[in-house]
Amino acid sequence: MTESIERPANDPLLRPAGLRGVAADLSSDQRAFKNVSWGKAMMWIFLLSDTFIFGCFLLAYMTARMSTTVPWPNPSEVFALTIGGTEIPLILIAIMTFVLISSSGTMAMAVNFGYRRDRRKTAALMWATAALGATFVGMQAFEWTKLITEGVRPWGNPWGAAQFGSSFFMITGFHGTHVSIGVIFLLIIARKVWRGDFDQERRGFFTSRKGNYEIVEIMGLYWHFVDLVWVFIFAFFYLW
Amino acid sequence: MAKVQAHSGQQHPIKLYMVVWGLLFVLSTFSYLVDYLGIQGYLRWFLILLFMILKAGLIVAVFMHMAWERLALIYAILVPPVLVLVFVALMVSESHYTALTRMTFFGAGQ
Repeated sequence: MTESIERPANDPLLRPAGLRGVAADLSSDQRAFKNVSWGKAMMWIFLLSDTFIFGCFLLAYMTARMSTTVPWPNPSEVFALTIGGTEIPLILIAIMTFVLISSSGTMAMAVNFGYRRDRRKTAALMWATAALGATFVGMQAFEWTKLITEGVRPWGNPWGAAQFGSSFFMITGFHGTHVSIGVIFLLIIARKVWRGDFDQERRGFFTSRKGNYEIVEIMGLYWHFVDLVWVFIFAFFYLW
Repeated sequence: MAKVQAHSGQQHPIKLYMVVWGLLFVLSTFSYLVDYLGIQGYLRWFLILLFMILKAGLIVAVFMHMAWERLALIYAILVPPVLVLVFVALMVSESHYTALTRMTFFGAGQ
């Protein structure tokens, strides 16, 4: 075991790191996860619960897909778009993936500028993130509209197993809801950043009392999680 | 191993985020190419899962700063989802059984 010592900037106590640190944190009869703020720990725990929800959706979809005796529609063809006369498989989903990854990139940089207390850049990057998120939802609306026009319903579709529709609308719908809530969350926090709430330690909804920019990181955790879930949906729903 | 990271925030160079952003683009392109090139069978599964894990790892470790969190938090968050794999194994077995029953009673292809 490494006997390295971790010393947080604002903690006068020396805390052991490594496995010894895990034992020390969890057996200290005090707040666990030393030097991790409540806000961050709670967001992580919320995200863990969300992981289980998405996990159960994907599991249910897997079970439905593996147990059906009717052929599963080929996602590669279902989600193909005809651009300039040629049919390109899965192209819409690929573009959506790149849009969402880019939004994660701008969000990560927003967090960074937040900790540098550069409120203009932070707010601008958060707006860019929100714009990319809204673009993603817009493309998803287009995708849904296209499939509904083609006859996909939660109880059936023209190409095969009936469960395809229910799995698709459930999984992508729940993810899209998360993205939409994220966009709203981003706009709320971006407005506060832009107004300088965290510099003036202004009190209010979602504004931490300490007047620091940590809420940007916490909301970033939520946003990156939405991107993370999409990585799994992309692999299991669209590429399988 | 030990890092001085606390409430003062996650101070990392912007370049790190750019590199990860670029890597995520490259990995997504690879994922897409698996489908575009029509790779099938176990190789397809292997590649899809490989790119998925790499992307997820980069997002969690760097974008979500998990690599710099306290080990107790890392374990508390990462270990439970791994146990979902047990659930996956149970449901794979269950779905095979269901498929078998359906084929026995309804006939293949319904």
